[in-house]
Amino acid sequence: MKNETGAMIEFKLNGRWVKSCGVPEARLLDILRDEFSLSGPKEGCGEGECGACSVFVNGRLVASCIVPLISVSGGEVMTIEGFSQTEHYRILEQCFDEAGAVQCGFCTPGMILASHALLCERPDPTDEQIREGLSGNLCRCTGYNMIVDAVRMAAQKGKGLW
Amino acid sequence: MKRDISCPVKKVDHDDKSCGKATYTADLDIEGLLYGRLYRSPVASGTVQSVVIPELPESYYCITADDIPGENIVKIIKDDQPIFADKEVNYIGEPILMVVGPDRKVLGDIIDKIDLTIDEKPACLTLQDAILNREKQTLVSYKFGITRNTFDDFENKAAQVIEETFESGLQEQLYLEPQAMVATYDEAEGVTVRGSMQCPYYVKNAIESTMAETPDRVRIIQETTGGAFGGKEDFPSMMGSHVAVAAKVSGHPVLLTFDRSEDMLYTTKRHPAYIEYKTCLDKDGMIEAMAITIYLDGGANEGLSSVVLQRALINCIGVYRIANISVEGYVLKTNNVPNGAFRGFGAPQGIAGIESHFTHIARRLGIDPVDFKKRYLVTEGDPTATAGCFHEPVLMDTMLDDLLKDKGYYELKEKFKSFNSTSSRYKKGIGTSLFLHGCGFTGSGERDHIKAVALLEKSADDVVSIRIANVDMGQGLFTTMSKIVAEVLDVDYRRINFPFPDTKYAPNSGPTVASRTVMIVGRLLERAAKRLKDEWVSGKAQQVEEHYVHIDQIPWDEEKFTGDAYPAYSWGINMVEVSVDTVSGMVSLESIDGLFDIGKAIDETIIKGQIDGGVIQGIGYGYLENMKTIDGRILQKSISDYGPPGAMDTVEIKSRLYDNPYANGPFGAKGAGELTLIGGAPAVKEAIEDALDLDFYEIPVTPEKIIERLYAK
Repeated sequence: MKNETGAMIEFKLNGRWVKSCGVPEARLLDILRDEFSLSGPKEGCGEGECGACSVFVNGRLVASCIVPLISVSGGEVMTIEGFSQTEHYRILEQCFDEAGAVQCGFCTPGMILASHALLCERPDPTDEQIREGLSGNLCRCTGYNMIVDAVRMAAQKGKGLW
Repeated sequence: MKRDISCPVKKVDHDDKSCGKATYTADLDIEGLLYGRLYRSPVASGTVQSVVIPELPESYYCITADDIPGENIVKIIKDDQPIFADKEVNYIGEPILMVVGPDRKVLGDIIDKIDLTIDEKPACLTLQDAILNREKQTLVSYKFGITRNTFDDFENKAAQVIEETFESGLQEQLYLEPQAMVATYDEAEGVTVRGSMQCPYYVKNAIESTMAETPDRVRIIQETTGGAFGGKEDFPSMMGSHVAVAAKVSGHPVLLTFDRSEDMLYTTKRHPAYIEYKTCLDKDGMIEAMAITIYLDGGANEGLSSVVLQRALINCIGVYRIANISVEGYVLKTNNVPNGAFRGFGAPQGIAGIESHFTHIARRLGIDPVDFKKRYLVTEGDPTATAGCFHEPVLMDTMLDDLLKDKGYYELKEKFKSFNSTSSRYKKGIGTSLFLHGCGFTGSGERDHIKAVALLEKSADDVVSIRIANVDMGQGLFTTMSKIVAEVLDVDYRRINFPFPDTKYAPNSGPTVASRTVMIVGRLLERAAKRLKDEWVSGKAQQVEEHYVHIDQIPWDEEKFTGDAYPAYSWGINMVEVSVDTVSGMVSLESIDGLFDIGKAIDETIIKGQIDGGVIQGIGYGYLENMKTIDGRILQKSISDYGPPGAMDTVEIKSRLYDNPYANGPFGAKGAGELTLIGGAPAVKEAIEDALDLDFYEIPVTPEKIIERLYAK
């Protein structure tokens, strides 16, 4: 959807300032995927229930399918593409591997971002707290346990990082 | 010293999936891409009188049955599924036409303005109605075992006759990546279809028919698939047909994908089942004879239903040995969304039913269900339900004894009984399920229909590539198959190249279904690798092809429904502990144990993933996942409406593998993909029944059903 007024919406995307031609009410998910060719955030439900579209907006984990473009104006957006450049990602990714937490992979970027979000809030979480932190992300392949294992491992391995 | 193949390795596609680089079908960047959107029937049964399309803006197209070059039939098993319903519609949501264009919002506007005149006809909307009208509604049926007349003799002489039913509902696969298919058409080359799928050759077969093209002009390529569980077994053939026709008409690549609600409302689901049991007991409470009738709701067309029914029937007495069984099964047509494959494919229904029945008999006789079930456990050499034979060792006795001992099962049961007697609000219970799953395509499928072929290619610079049609849909096939080949060739598994299945280069090794891929296709690759190793010439391009060799023991007879239905079986035991809140009806999972014999793990971590995922899907089917229709309309169209397990619903699954190498499987491996789902529902149901000291006759055992029963008491 092109913004007819010509006013561009500016925000920081994965560390760089960008300008979007989208309309203010466009879904952030569509802007990221279609305008900025970032296919990491995915549409699993379009209703904010599955977490496959997860991104960080101003450091907070959100479902980009229910976030309008205008709300990120002047703010910072980070997708899995940006996050995968960080040290936090490296540890999470290693732990996801060791724990066998990746199967079809569709939930994985969202799960990794959610894992980071929950570790930022609680660097040393209990299993209960890990499960609560992941409760906004649906996985149909793993039954969650190996993802919980991965986060627990990352909390251990990443001592001091979160 | 060489590591055992079972030792886990990093999955070959781990990195790309983790960082978001893995490309799923909707991620493909295709120039000139147009989108498709289906216009669907609003009624369950009717005759179309007219369809008036609004004037289409430039670059928009309307694709109808008239545009189909071939027959307006999706080639699956029976020719009863139209690509576009042009005269008769048989279910709400049946595709009538497709609108194609560059802007999805505009497509929606066009669809809203389509004017349909349709004469509604009476519809058959429930399984119960279909059963009452069995003569008219039966799509397919089978009978085997003793006749009903012979059974009646047993009934007349029996000391006790126990009669009851079991009902199970729809289950939605809920793969996280919605269905997606994209086609391009080129006058010179023909049609290429890419997409999220399990069976490239099923799609190829269908598209050759749809487009009236020769095999060399139809190319199918699988893209990264975000979960499938059977939901992408036959369904892609219809979608593939839609986009192939649209690509030819429009001269552009066309992508068809669904949002979650469309996917939930209109794609194939697990067949609802209604099962009748009548069991004759002698004066000692031993089972003398059993009559079983299985009814499956096939929905509006047959699809894969005949094979689903076959599996349900073959598994109708699960892991038990019952001398005299009289079995009948029916797939009934209703004007509901057609049902299809979902992990287990009829076995979850059949086994949840027999486990439920056995548990109820046990409870009625005052015997612990586990002790009762133990009496009938098959062992090596016993006949199967279809007069085949369990030719391989059966470890179930050992597995069960180990589990009972490790859990302190009997003490635990006493502890819960004690707890329940003093706890008024929360009740604890424990349930056990014993189950099996036949590996490979049912009956004579491998021998007569599939005849799998696998290919190993070695390039001139000594790079070995796997060329098979089987897909990785999350179960780690890229990794397991690479490991098998690498192990034989004695190289690192990462050196094996396994490109996405592409029918241009890969022979037909059969569909990725029926827990067949590792056991059957893996075996072909193992043999191919051995030959390649023997014939290896460095610096030379080489190819080794292997063909499936069927080893008949007791040959399957399709007519009589007798013989070995499968070459091998995998086995499992689940034990689930729950706590039930009698105020809200909510069930909490407290503990889950799973014991499995899958022959040999090609990768222990991948198997653990299959166990964890499958068990949770099975348990969800038993108490959480609820999908119903009213007047031909599915009521649940969002994830939260449907209620799949979330991270807070699940608990750690304590699992254990028992090695039982199968001589005809690669490194002894049998199938595992579906086995792990089968035990979940019966185990959690039995746990709830144990906690509440009540019998239930259906799944899912939802809070509403629990409250109804508690207050009806």
